[in-house]
Amino acid sequence: MQPTTPILEARNICKSFHDPVSIQVLKNISFAIHKGEFVSLTGKSGCGKSTLLYILSTMDTDYEGQLYIDGILMAEKKEAELAQVRNSKIGFVFQFHYLLNEFTVLKNVMLPGLKLQKYADAEVEHRAMEKLTMLGVAHLANKKANLISGGEKQRVAIARALINDPHIIMGDEPTGNLDKKNSDIVFDIFQQLATEFGQTLLIVTHDPNFASKTSRIITMEDGRMI
Amino acid sequence: MNWKLIVAIAQSLLLARWRQTLIAAIGVTFSITMFITLLSFMAGLNDLLDGLIVNRTPHIRMYNEVKPNSQQPINQYAPYQQHYNFIHSIKSGGSRQEIYNSALIMQSLQKDERVVGISPKLTAQVFFNDGSIDITGAINGIDVVVESKLFHFNEYITEGNGNDIGKVPNSIVLGKGLAEKLLANIGDVVQVTSAKGNRFQLKVVGFFQSGIKELDKVQSFASVSTVQKLLGKPSNYITDIQVRLKNIQMAPALAKEYQQLYQTDAEDIQTANAQFETGSSIRTLISYTVGITLLIVAGFGIYNILNMMIYEKMDSIAILKATGFAGKDVKRIFLLIALSIGFVGGMLGLLIGWLLSYSIAHIPFNTPSLPTVKTYPINYNPAFYVIGAIFSLVTTYFAGWLPARKASKIDPVIIIRGK
Ligand SMILES: Nc1ncnc2c1ncn2[C@@H]1O[C@H](COP(=O)(O)OP(=O)(O)OP(=O)(O)O)[C@@H](O)[C@H]1O
Ligand SMILES: [Mg+2]
Repeated sequence: MQPTTPILEARNICKSFHDPVSIQVLKNISFAIHKGEFVSLTGKSGCGKSTLLYILSTMDTDYEGQLYIDGILMAEKKEAELAQVRNSKIGFVFQFHYLLNEFTVLKNVMLPGLKLQKYADAEVEHRAMEKLTMLGVAHLANKKANLISGGEKQRVAIARALINDPHIIMGDEPTGNLDKKNSDIVFDIFQQLATEFGQTLLIVTHDPNFASKTSRIITMEDGRMI
Repeated sequence: MNWKLIVAIAQSLLLARWRQTLIAAIGVTFSITMFITLLSFMAGLNDLLDGLIVNRTPHIRMYNEVKPNSQQPINQYAPYQQHYNFIHSIKSGGSRQEIYNSALIMQSLQKDERVVGISPKLTAQVFFNDGSIDITGAINGIDVVVESKLFHFNEYITEGNGNDIGKVPNSIVLGKGLAEKLLANIGDVVQVTSAKGNRFQLKVVGFFQSGIKELDKVQSFASVSTVQKLLGKPSNYITDIQVRLKNIQMAPALAKEYQQLYQTDAEDIQTANAQFETGSSIRTLISYTVGITLLIVAGFGIYNILNMMIYEKMDSIAILKATGFAGKDVKRIFLLIALSIGFVGGMLGLLIGWLLSYSIAHIPFNTPSLPTVKTYPINYNPAFYVIGAIFSLVTTYFAGWLPARKASKIDPVIIIRGK
């Protein structure tokens, strides 16, 4: 079962930091992720996982090599076009549950949907409620985002990542800041998304237990894939 | 572009920091209020001071200057024409103050499209006899109806009726200061002696107060025919023709034209009262400078508050960008915040500025030299409000521009990694 074009493909991605001394953090990273794969990315601290993820999510544009999303080369795109790609095709879940404290939980989930303008505002709200219900946090919809717990925030963040039916969800240690119980809940949600909805996921994790349960493990060492 | 969403986000960010927003808006409100009040008051004052002169001064005054003939006989005598002639103690012998053909000139001016009206005038230097003391003064012969219509003569009559000099034979309106010196009341008869030594009895029918004290101590008014009688001149004797134009700006050009056409001297108001023009424009300049300085200071306030807000909202900006908002969206959000501060603050400033100038316009302001003025002068020129509104938006736009640009350039990776 190999689709013709991968959802995400990296070819010879290299990245160096020049501050304070030049060090190459990523060395010729090449791999592809196909639809429906649940991939975990592991490796020692400082090996360049986050750096790679920021490049793959189009937020970092300062690198060498090629990144294709849906077969389209990202290098030639302008800032606004990359924002458009992030908005419509990538869902991002951070380690620290980044929500906008000025808005309610529901509004937080709706914002990327309102930005995309694929659905009418009422429809976006309806979909946001669906996602919140699926993640078991619908009862928090009208609370201010800064008044809910860390585990709840992370589930809201996943709902937000899902609002535009992204081609791929990326997470940088999304369970890194949660206790065992909440980590398990979040993992189960990812698992459910992968198996039931065929959602493609790329999750950076330090937890070997978490990694072992995913469909594919990519291990990095010293800026290389092994 | 999804403006509804941008507006909603800007609004949420504003309301989350409503205290700071309020302070920034108050800064704008304050400066616009002061801007409006200052300009309205200054312009009112300018109008008042200009009115003292401009309303009463003819736009063009035509007269014959008494001066020596520039064509002295020796210069015309052929043998000495190539010489350099020094002549001492020239007298202006042949020249006369009278305007020749005054009736004809007035007729032709009356027909001129650019002229609102004309008013003839002649002046007699006299002594007012008060017991054994003689007080020097001048009696202006005027056509009181025309003079009132063109130069607001009646507005400066504080007691009695100015029109009476046209109706009551041998009557006079005295300057307030002059009347006080003569201890004359309305209905009294004053005695004057003309320069040629003739004595006349004139009945006082009113007092005149111009606002310029020195003038009121020497000036008085009578009808044209009374003054002609005083001078022993015929009824066509006129020394001044005062012209009021439709457009005051044309005065210098027309003065030149009339000078050529009618062979008299003609002086325009701009030349005669240059110092008032300068005073007005400098006062206006000062008020604009102060007003705009206030606005710029308010602009710096907005700049600071927006900068602070962006510093606090780094995380939010990073999330917005990570979830698909482009740099220009972020920029628009912050520019909108700045502009709404400017708009709300500015509108409030216009309103309060209007209220403040309205109340100033109702504070009593009585000064003996300005009989027609009862309250402080205010000019409600709509242009001030338009300028205030435009400036509040423009300054806040520029104050918001740099912070907004900074926000749009925030790199989400740095923020997210920094956590
Ligand atoms: N802005 C930067 N300037 C210089 N060096 C940097 C910068 N960002 C990251 N690095 C370095 O790049 C290397 C990779 O960092 P990265 O955050 O990708 O590691 P990681 O694999 O995500 O580690 P962890 O598991 O601890 O999160 C590290 O050695 C780090 O010190
Ligand atoms: Mg990391």
